[in-house]
Amino acid sequence: MSSKIADPAATGERRGSRRAASRTRTRGITGNTRMFWVFVGPFVLGLLIFSYLPIIWSLVLSFFEAYNTVTPSKFVGFQNYVDMLTDHNFLSSLGTFTIFALFIVPLTFALSLALALLVNQVKVARAFFRSVFFLPTACSYVVASLIWRLSIFNGVRFGLANTILGWFGIDGIAWLSTVDPPWFWIPIVTVRLWLQLGFYMILFIAGLQRISPTLYEAAYVDGASPGWQTFRYITLPQLRTTSVAVLILNLIAAYQAFDEFYNLLGNVNFARPPLVYLYGISLGTIQDLGHGSAGALILAVIIMIVTLLQSRILGFGKAGD
Amino acid sequence: MSVTGAPQPIGYSRTPLGRVAVGLRWIALFIAVVLFLVPFYLILRNALSTEADITAPSWTLFPRHLQWGNISELFNDAQVPMARALYNSAVVGVLGTAGQLLLASMAGYGLARIPYRHADKIFYAIVATLMIPAAVTFIPSFIVVSSLGWVSSLRGLIIPTLFSGFAAFLFRQYFLNFPRELEEAARVDGAGYFGVFWRIVVPNSLPFFAALAAITFIANWNSFLWPLVIGQDSSSWTVQVAMSTFVTAQTINIHELFMAVAVSILPLVLIFAFLQRYLIQGVTQSGIKD
Repeated sequence: MSSKIADPAATGERRGSRRAASRTRTRGITGNTRMFWVFVGPFVLGLLIFSYLPIIWSLVLSFFEAYNTVTPSKFVGFQNYVDMLTDHNFLSSLGTFTIFALFIVPLTFALSLALALLVNQVKVARAFFRSVFFLPTACSYVVASLIWRLSIFNGVRFGLANTILGWFGIDGIAWLSTVDPPWFWIPIVTVRLWLQLGFYMILFIAGLQRISPTLYEAAYVDGASPGWQTFRYITLPQLRTTSVAVLILNLIAAYQAFDEFYNLLGNVNFARPPLVYLYGISLGTIQDLGHGSAGALILAVIIMIVTLLQSRILGFGKAGD
Repeated sequence: MSVTGAPQPIGYSRTPLGRVAVGLRWIALFIAVVLFLVPFYLILRNALSTEADITAPSWTLFPRHLQWGNISELFNDAQVPMARALYNSAVVGVLGTAGQLLLASMAGYGLARIPYRHADKIFYAIVATLMIPAAVTFIPSFIVVSSLGWVSSLRGLIIPTLFSGFAAFLFRQYFLNFPRELEEAARVDGAGYFGVFWRIVVPNSLPFFAALAAITFIANWNSFLWPLVIGQDSSSWTVQVAMSTFVTAQTINIHELFMAVAVSILPLVLIFAFLQRYLIQGVTQSGIKD
């Protein structure tokens, strides 16, 4: 009540009209504000409930004991974090991931670029070749894992891989359970390659088609030989943005590997990436959501640091093509 | 001829060495095509074979008598609720895609076009969620969804996945480049933001919507970790969870399981056949959908 000390009655006509003008302007802005929230509000509300709230709740739980419950029961400080960082299984899951990334990231990069170059140079039936390599994207990791596990690398005589080895007189291999030598990496890596090469190939083809043909013509005029030289000095530098995106996407995706490990190998201790381990401790027979939350947050921080480092090293965000 | 580089056709070459290179390239392409198609061949072969043919010591290239009865065997198997799982996946795929596009497109339009003092801050709050790696959020999200009592329900499967910061970001970028003149004309005719959006902007952006819808539907249909976390009861299994459970069961009928695989990829193969143009557009526009 007392806030309206500046009595409107005391104001002159001139001020009054200015006030009226500002009121219409304010009404226009309030109208916009309301419309803004009509459009953006539902989305932001959902984001608060299903993105921000989970992270905060998880952060809180990570400082508590929480067995089979989502309510914090006993405050333990940083104990969950200490436990996870000294947990042999969690650390070895990070090791498993590192080996996996060392295989999958360079292979995906090189092979999807090779496919893109091959398809881009084909003159006949280009759409057919592109479709063939892109088609596996229609399959889920579950589908691909089932084919790999039951029909190609099943380790018995009627599996396709062992059948082919048999033609050359080589004994069958128990692909998914042999740890020494670690044959299980072959199905694990090839299943992901089959599923994702076509996706990255499409990105590279788009990148290749953005390169201006005049660059190549100029290079030929300058005496560059077609082949390795033009690839090294024109194609590769021109693909810089695409390459960086492919590498970063690939590494983030590798960190989050779950589906193929879960469906091909199950929760085995010799090859368990971080997410499979976290799934096991937080949603297995004992739902230990305190340690699970701590582990998830540690992993999130690692992924963010690695992504930032990688972007920095590769010069993402620099003015490029 | 270059192995790489300028888009020169690989069908011919003038020099003998060039001809060898061209030949090698065709061989590489041919081998790659065979390797990429083998898994599809295995799906068809196993889905239409008898168990005995599949497990025979010598390889049967293709079953002599196609076992179409495997379809009814699959749907009559009481242990695997395949029909229910297909229904769940269809609901998750359709409602999840429609909901995600509706929410993200409206948010994107609001951020791109409606002046509001704090719009920048809201935008940064949305983009910040892109920094959080999607898969590590399954434990935090499970905590919230389980306290809402949504475990083993379609609500729990769909609603938490609707709010994609990435989709909102893409829509905002797209609407920023939408021709303003079209909108101005409608505004002169007295339409508000709502009318302009639904009557002018959306109808003129259908290819963009189709591209995002195609990749979102595929991602929803194929997603595994979240449905596995939420589907603790077989009535809420999606196709992916059902198939995964199927394979870890004690006894496996390979022919039945491969029929399940064939049925489960059918909708997506149809999308690939008829919407591939939009799909490739979607992939190159977003570049980040995994």
